Amino acid sequence: MSLRALLEIRLLPAILVAAIVIILPLFFPSAYYYRIGALVFIFALAVVGLNLLMGFAGQVSLGHAGFLGIGAYSVAIGPVHFGAPSWLCLFVGAILSGAVAFAVGRPILKLKGHYLAVATLGFGLLVAIVLTNEAGWTGGPDGMNVPALTLFGWRVHGSDAWYWIAGATFVGGFLLALNLMESPTGRALQAIHDSEIAARVLGIDVARKKLTIFIISAMYASVAGSFLALFNGLITPDVAGFLGSIELVAMVVLGGMGSIFGSLVGAAVLVVLPQVLTIFHEYEQALLGLIVMVFMIFLRQGIVPSVTVALAGWRK
Amino acid sequence: MMILEADRLAITFGGVRAIDGVSISIASGQVFSIIGPNGSGKTTLLNLVSGIYTPLDGSIRLAGETVTGLAPDQLARRGLSRTFQNLQIFSHMSVLKNVMVGRHRHERTGILADLLHWPSVARQNQATREAARVALARVGLADLAERPAGSLDYGALKRLEIARALASEPTVLLLDEPAAGCNPVETQEIDHVIRSIVKEGITVVLVEHDMRLVMNISDRVHVLARGRTLAEGTPQQVRSNVEVIEAYLGVHGSQEAAHAFD
Repeated sequence: MSLRALLEIRLLPAILVAAIVIILPLFFPSAYYYRIGALVFIFALAVVGLNLLMGFAGQVSLGHAGFLGIGAYSVAIGPVHFGAPSWLCLFVGAILSGAVAFAVGRPILKLKGHYLAVATLGFGLLVAIVLTNEAGWTGGPDGMNVPALTLFGWRVHGSDAWYWIAGATFVGGFLLALNLMESPTGRALQAIHDSEIAARVLGIDVARKKLTIFIISAMYASVAGSFLALFNGLITPDVAGFLGSIELVAMVVLGGMGSIFGSLVGAAVLVVLPQVLTIFHEYEQALLGLIVMVFMIFLRQGIVPSVTVALAGWRK
Repeated sequence: MMILEADRLAITFGGVRAIDGVSISIASGQVFSIIGPNGSGKTTLLNLVSGIYTPLDGSIRLAGETVTGLAPDQLARRGLSRTFQNLQIFSHMSVLKNVMVGRHRHERTGILADLLHWPSVARQNQATREAARVALARVGLADLAERPAGSLDYGALKRLEIARALASEPTVLLLDEPAAGCNPVETQEIDHVIRSIVKEGITVVLVEHDMRLVMNISDRVHVLARGRTLAEGTPQQVRSNVEVIEAYLGVHGSQEAAHAFD
């Protein structure tokens, strides 16, 4: 009984999210919705990773699209220039992103707050510039075509196939993040967020923990970037650009800092809203901005934490 | 046996010698108090001993091993923990989780095990939770375990910090003004907690303004003034030391000194 109770509490959010992935297509009126769904899960995966860094460990990154770019170009350059299988390039890209995060994170994670923000911003810009300038490898500003993913002889194409792959991977990433937060490492990260000095006098190696979570969040972004490239079949350096990084941060904050489920909500809102708002034509961007502002004014802790607090208060 | 020794420590801030040639030698299992007027360098001395500041000069030995220049987390893993004058609570976490973080140095897992929630992690979480509950019970906070730490009142937060440090099973515990801002009842509770800590053989280094608490509980009292050692001895010796009284009345001139030695 106690084991079952434990299991229920711990895995409940992941089961819920899996249920959402499975049930959602029942309400899709056309294949186009699979495409939007796949994009939501791909971005949500990157946002979960960034949320571990920002929401839990309290370290900002304004350059996370850089890792999205490394993942995306890995599955483009690998197969095109080296003839390597896409799935292998996805893993290599994730490891490469982790290695880059290790090298970049060691010096810059010593910085705090705004200084860290600017340093990570610089990193993101650097990746975007390299991807733009190394035209021989990357196709330059026009980008390059990405060969389709082949798994066990099955050539993955079509929005519905990608909906299921992205959805399943998101549930996996969601579960790992959930596990992490209920572990010694997760507690240490949350402690660092609230008081670095108290964490240190309790024996936590703060620099090492920050680096660990930076690497993990980079790998989440990298996998998401690879999926994005494989799904779209075309990739340009914009994927690693400043706007991409800002969008990821906005998704984290909008959904709720430190809420893993909020990552899905934040990604869903910022992927779906622009689609809905296209009916307003030239006012699309302005309305999107306005709606995001209104969300933040009324749900200032982000959507999921604010709604949770409101529901808890209402039930009393 | 001397568990904690500092030899001629010195540190300067902007040319001011905040601590100037202070030596302390603390026997295992004692309550060693550091007192002195405001600005005399008490907290600076604690920050030096706990690795938050690196001394400009001098050396520190913990259990016979030279630890000068080690970082706070390295010292914590060698059994030295502390609390803070201005509280350093993990306010987004529950009371219980705050104390669970205190168990960090006893937890043995890797990042892969943590991500995959291997059985070892589940077992360890359980052991950590139980040890944290024991630590909470020791400071009388067992009933508040599931509350958000940010919702506790001041006196309870002071005890929560002590519980968190205790959970790390230190050999030396530095308490920076545990009774500051506490009412007499809360101070009495802190007094009981410190006594129970000492009973377990943990050495306590206490920085405190509440002279009644200091004089009641200490084995030795070290008096600082303007970053230098003014006197050291048993509470009785220090109380009768004329220089000490002058340092308080002359520099400080406060009611605190008046009621400290009445």
